[in-house]
Formats: sequence, C-alpha cells, structure tokens
Amino acid sequence: MSTPTQTGSLRDLGVLLVDDHAMFRTGVRAELGSTVRIVAEAGDVDEAVRAVESYRPDVVLLDVHLPGGGGAEVLRRVATRYPDTKFLALSVSDAAEDVIGVIRAGARGYVTKNITGDELVDAIRRVAGGDAVFSPRLAGFVLDAFAGTIEVAQVDSDLDRLTEREREVMRLIARGYAYKEVAKELFISVKTVETHVSSVLRKLQLSSRHELTRWANDRRLI
Amino acid sequence: MAQGLADHLGVPVLWVRLAFVVGTLFQLAGVLAYVAFWVFVPLGSADGSPGLASATRRGLRLDEDEATPPSNRMTLQTTALVVLGVGVAWFVLGSDRVSSLVFPAVLAIAGFALIWRQADDRLLRRWVRVTSGWAAVLRMAAGALLVLIAYGVFVAQLGGGLGSAAQLLAALVVAVAGAGLLLGPWIVRLVSDLAAERRERVRSQERADVAAHLHDSVLQTLALLQKNANDPAQVATLARRQERELRDWLYGEPADDDGSTLRTGLVADAAEIETTYRVPIEVVGVGDLDPDVDVEALRAAAREAMTNAAKHSGADRIDVYVEVGSAAAEVFVRDRGVGFDPSAIPEDRLGIRRSLVARMHRHGGTAVVRSGPGEGTEVRLALPLVRDKAPNGAHEAARNGADGGGDA
Repeated sequence: MSTPTQTGSLRDLGVLLVDDHAMFRTGVRAELGSTVRIVAEAGDVDEAVRAVESYRPDVVLLDVHLPGGGGAEVLRRVATRYPDTKFLALSVSDAAEDVIGVIRAGARGYVTKNITGDELVDAIRRVAGGDAVFSPRLAGFVLDAFAGTIEVAQVDSDLDRLTEREREVMRLIARGYAYKEVAKELFISVKTVETHVSSVLRKLQLSSRHELTRWANDRRLI
Repeated sequence: MAQGLADHLGVPVLWVRLAFVVGTLFQLAGVLAYVAFWVFVPLGSADGSPGLASATRRGLRLDEDEATPPSNRMTLQTTALVVLGVGVAWFVLGSDRVSSLVFPAVLAIAGFALIWRQADDRLLRRWVRVTSGWAAVLRMAAGALLVLIAYGVFVAQLGGGLGSAAQLLAALVVAVAGAGLLLGPWIVRLVSDLAAERRERVRSQERADVAAHLHDSVLQTLALLQKNANDPAQVATLARRQERELRDWLYGEPADDDGSTLRTGLVADAAEIETTYRVPIEVVGVGDLDPDVDVEALRAAAREAMTNAAKHSGADRIDVYVEVGSAAAEVFVRDRGVGFDPSAIPEDRLGIRRSLVARMHRHGGTAVVRSGPGEGTEVRLALPLVRDKAPNGAHEAARNGADGGGDA
C-alpha cells in the first residue's frame, strides 16, 4: 500500500476506536497512534454513541460485534445525526449477514482485523474522504447479495440492480484488484472506480429490506 | 413431536408413538396429550454456529428470532388449540356424563382459547410473561370469571338434581381449567424453562468437549509460536492457521454431510497450500456448486494454479475468487508476484499447458493465464454450466478420455 501523501491532513483526522476487546484497541492504537489522532475509545454501543456525540470524530473504526446490539445499532443511533462522521467496519467475523447488516446501516466500508497498519491507514483516509472501502471479501458478499436477489429484482425495481459496470468493478475487487488496478483493467480513472463503488454502496443501503431478508434466509437454507 | 419427546425422555421414538396410540384408545387421552404437548412444549430450535449463537446471546448482534417474521408455528398452535377444545368436548360427551355440563364446558374452553389466542404470537408471548400490571389483572379477571361460571354451574347442578359424583367431577374439571388460566403463565414458563434447561444440559457435555479441543489447539499454537518466535514467517503461518481454524468453527457455515462443495473444497486446498508454502491465500466466493467430475477438474486446476503461485510468484498474498453463475463457474487465482512471459515458456515445460489448459479443455472449460514480468500472474479458469440442458449422452461422448472417473 502506498503511504499517504497528505500526512499533515491525516494527523488532523480524529478517529474513534470502538471494539469490546481492550487488547485489540491497544494494538490498533499502537499501530495508528503516530499517523492519526485517536480521540477516544469505546467498548460497547452506549459508550460509542456517547463518544460520537461528545468528540464528533471524523472516522469511527467500528467492530461488527459489540455488546448492546452490535455495530449496526451504533449506526442506527448516530449515523443520521452526524453525517460528517464516517464509519469503517472492522471485524474478525465472516458472517455475511452481519457484515452486510453494518454496511446497510451506514458504514462506508469493511475490512478484516488482520489488515496491515498501512492498509488500515489507507482505508481510514479513503473513508474520511467520503469514499467506500471494499475488501475482496466484502465485494464477494455484495455480489452474493445482489446475485441472490436479481430474479426478484427483475420484477421489483431496477434501482436495486447493479449495472454491468458496477458488477465488473465488484468482481475485480473480489479478485483481489486494488482500485488502481481496477481502473487500469477497465480503462477508466481511479475516481470513476470510486464513483462506481460508492454507487454500489448506496444501492446496498437503499435496496428493499424484503429482498435482502430473502437473501439472508436463502443463505441460511443452503 | 414424538421425536422431540423421545429425545426429551431418552427413549426410542417408537415407544412414544405407541404410547400416544394406546392412549387414544382410552377416551382420546392420547390425542389430548399429544396436542397438549404440541401446544406447550417449545419447538427445538436449530443451532447456528457457536460463535454467532454466543454473540446473539451476549447481545453483540441482533437476535434473529426478533429480526425474522413469526413462523407458521403460530397457525399450527391455533389449530392445535382448536383440536384440543374439540377433544375436551368429545371427552366430556363421550364419557357419558351429565350432558348439561357440555355447554358450560365448551363455553369455558372457548373463553380460554379466545383469551389465549387473541393476540398474535409475539404479543401473546410477551403478554403471557407479564406477571404484573394491567394485563395480568385482566387475565386474572378472565380466569376468575371462568372459575366463577364453573362454580355457578356447579351450584345450579347441585340445586337442580342430586349432587352426583359425576357432576362434581365435571364441574371440578371446569374449575381446574379456570385455575389453569390463572396459573397458566407460570406453568408455561416453568415448562419452557425446564425444556431449555434440559436442552442446555444435553448440549453442555458436547460443548465441554469442543471447548477442551479448542483450548488444546489454541494452547498448542501458542506454545509453537513461542518456540518459533525468531522465525517471523513461521509465526505468521501458525497464527493464520489457528485463526482460520477458530474462525471456521466460530462463524463458518455448517458443513454438508455429503462432502465438500466447490467452495469448501477450494478453501480446504488453499489452507493446505498456505501451510505448505507459507503464503496467505484469501478465498472469496459467490455462489456454490456440488461436485461432479467436471467440477472436480476445475478444483484440481485451481489447486494447481494456487500451488504455482505460492511456489514461484514470491507474492506475499494470493487472492482466489470463485464465482458460480447460471452460465459458468469461474475461478480466478491472482498474485502480485514476479510474473513471467507466458510466450517464453518452452513447449516442453508442460506444467501450465498440461495441467491447467489441457485439463480444462478436456472438461469443456477454458484456462487463461495472464502474466508479464513484474506484473504478477492471474489464472482464469472457466467451466460452462450449460451441460444440464445439453443431452447427457453427447456430453459424455465429448468428455471421452477425460481424466478422473466415476460419474454417476
């Protein structure tokens, strides 16, 4: 991963760490402490909500599983009230339902906890800048979610479907391509890739509850 | 139902079924018991993965029961209650007791059913749990009313004719029904608590075994990590293997009984190669496929591609993406390693050509290797899935001479 170019502005980013494992928080703090400004830590939903209210962080690193209802609950309670605060989901859980749940509740991306420090810094920078951060795994989940709903969506609305281009971008990310490589592969700019990814994120958040519930149910049946 | 009860009592299911049938011969008592069990004994709930179940229990995520709409169990229960009511009526009628008691009995049952089933299942459950407040008072009043009616009937009968033992008994039954309504919530809770506790006990043994196994595996890994503290690659591999193991157990999807699918197979292969060559391999999948000869060939080719990447690329991670669509199954194996010039590979070095390209061709698929010096390598394997629609014979012929065998 490339090191961020605007180190100065990155230092000004206020980051809130939300995870119920103190050891993990300490680890992330040690890794990020010199690059970003960690304004506070929180160990459960209530603490996280209070911390967002009082510190107004730029980026919240949000654990998916959290006492009090999980990361999705935090988002439900504060995301709409503080549009300037961006949320990045961070988890060891690979349960697709939970990850998609947090994204649908408003997180701008999802990375797994074994991400390297540089990659995490890069992800924080992207999220703070309003972009979405899709790991290959998340791209897989998203494709899975939309693939499972396409038969239904044909009847319902076109809004919920991914365009061919968006699917291509998602597939390349799932194949392990970085945004830059996706751009090169499709002969488009990185900015366009980011636009596509953001659009996928928006569709994911807007798509009707019915279809995703059905998707989740289908998955459980498999 | 019988199965659940048999599990519960630890006796063969046949005995329980027999008991119900025999019981039915005596005034439908078997049917009544069956229906009563159906209504009151909670259904055995399916176990999810332990990690998620535990996360749900501790409130780290939302409860699926609350998130998903109520099942048709509610309808079943209502039916069961109606059947129970009819059964009780039949019981009273058939027992040749004083028929003047039938009407009050039916009335009481109707009241009982009405009050218990007036709300939807969710509401009812909450309402039943309430042991204080206005809802409880209301329920108490309804129960008391039923008891009163029963008492009134009893007194009327006593005043009308001679207080025969039969009349006394019948009135008593109605009174007990009223009392049951009063105590219903506590009884229901007691029954469900008992059932939950018993299920918990049955599982705790199994869980203890698993926990012991977990501790062993984690402790083993920790010991190995300490021993290999000066070998970062080994430490990373050990930690990763342990992580994968734990994660599979905690959050993985329950394994199929009938062996592996394309995805689980690839994940297993990746894990093996990762351990051998100490390169992390990330497998992401969309859709899945049951194995057959062609799918096995795809998996073998993917395995070959992963091994090549791990062995030769020098990349610090390998990304594998599996997508099963309606038209084709595709596997992408990508590394950001040294890469090579595919055209510069001599004809006699057949690793890629024979194993990947030829193998995929034999099974009607394709293999494309994209690489360049310094650019890393991506292998794209595709297997068309139209074969279900194509006539089977033609396909068999086309596949003549394929490696592997034993297609059913």
